[in-house]
Amino acid sequence: MDLFFFLLFAFIAVACAVSVVLQRHPISCALSLVGTMAALAVLYLLLGAEFIAMVQVIVYAGAIMVLFVFVIMLLNAGAEDRRGSSWVARIAGLPALAVLLGILGYLMLTFYPMIGPKASLVHFGDFTGGGAKEIGTALFTEYLLPFEVTSILILIAILGAIVLARKEID
Amino acid sequence: MLSPAMDPQVIMQTLGKGVPTTWYLALSAVLFTIGVAGFILRRNIITVFMCIELMLNAVNLSFISFAHEHRQVSGHLFTFFVMVVAAAEAAVGLAIILTVFKNRSTLNIDEIDSLKN
Repeated sequence: MDLFFFLLFAFIAVACAVSVVLQRHPISCALSLVGTMAALAVLYLLLGAEFIAMVQVIVYAGAIMVLFVFVIMLLNAGAEDRRGSSWVARIAGLPALAVLLGILGYLMLTFYPMIGPKASLVHFGDFTGGGAKEIGTALFTEYLLPFEVTSILILIAILGAIVLARKEID
Repeated sequence: MLSPAMDPQVIMQTLGKGVPTTWYLALSAVLFTIGVAGFILRRNIITVFMCIELMLNAVNLSFISFAHEHRQVSGHLFTFFVMVVAAAEAAVGLAIILTVFKNRSTLNIDEIDSLKN
């Protein structure tokens, strides 16, 4: 059952991600990205990260993507034309990406065996330390300073966004 | 070395008990590569921004996988901070896009080249 859910939602995530890259209209890209994020939220649940899965749905698929869609609507962004792609990207793009994927895969297989007796397995329900209680405890004891720094970061981001989106800026 | 790993019976037994962590990491690598592809190939600045979000999501998935692997909650907190930074980045980045569009009336990143020369 774990395998079935993993394969199903991994396929959905990858298909939506490919759709993000291939769609020509930004609004289709945004909707595909929502699909990827929803599928990833299910995978987080399978990995025992309940709190992060909910935050993924609320913050990523909800807030951030609404911001994207809002800007796309506001700017009335149309389909992009494909004429301007450079010859370097056309010739070397896919091989370079294959090399990148190969390097990532090699590093992973060096440290973690793919399958077999030594492989570490993900089984739903094995790890229950991802609830709101555990996250909150760790956040307000061990990671208190990063948490407070984060609040300053958000304050600066709000100020920056307001200053940038003001009318007087030329 | 490969013989126990390649035995179909062993594989079926293993998969019956759960999914290997490596598969989650492989999915994360695939998503990251797709994000890089979009970042390089796309010309619309909003889509490029969305591909950055895709890469951040791929990294988040590997953080959560490692948190499960080592049975520690720290990976979840890293993901949490990445999400916070991504939200701040999206707010500022989209404000920048709005300003750029207001001044230049284009979203094509090839035409936004005032830092060149």
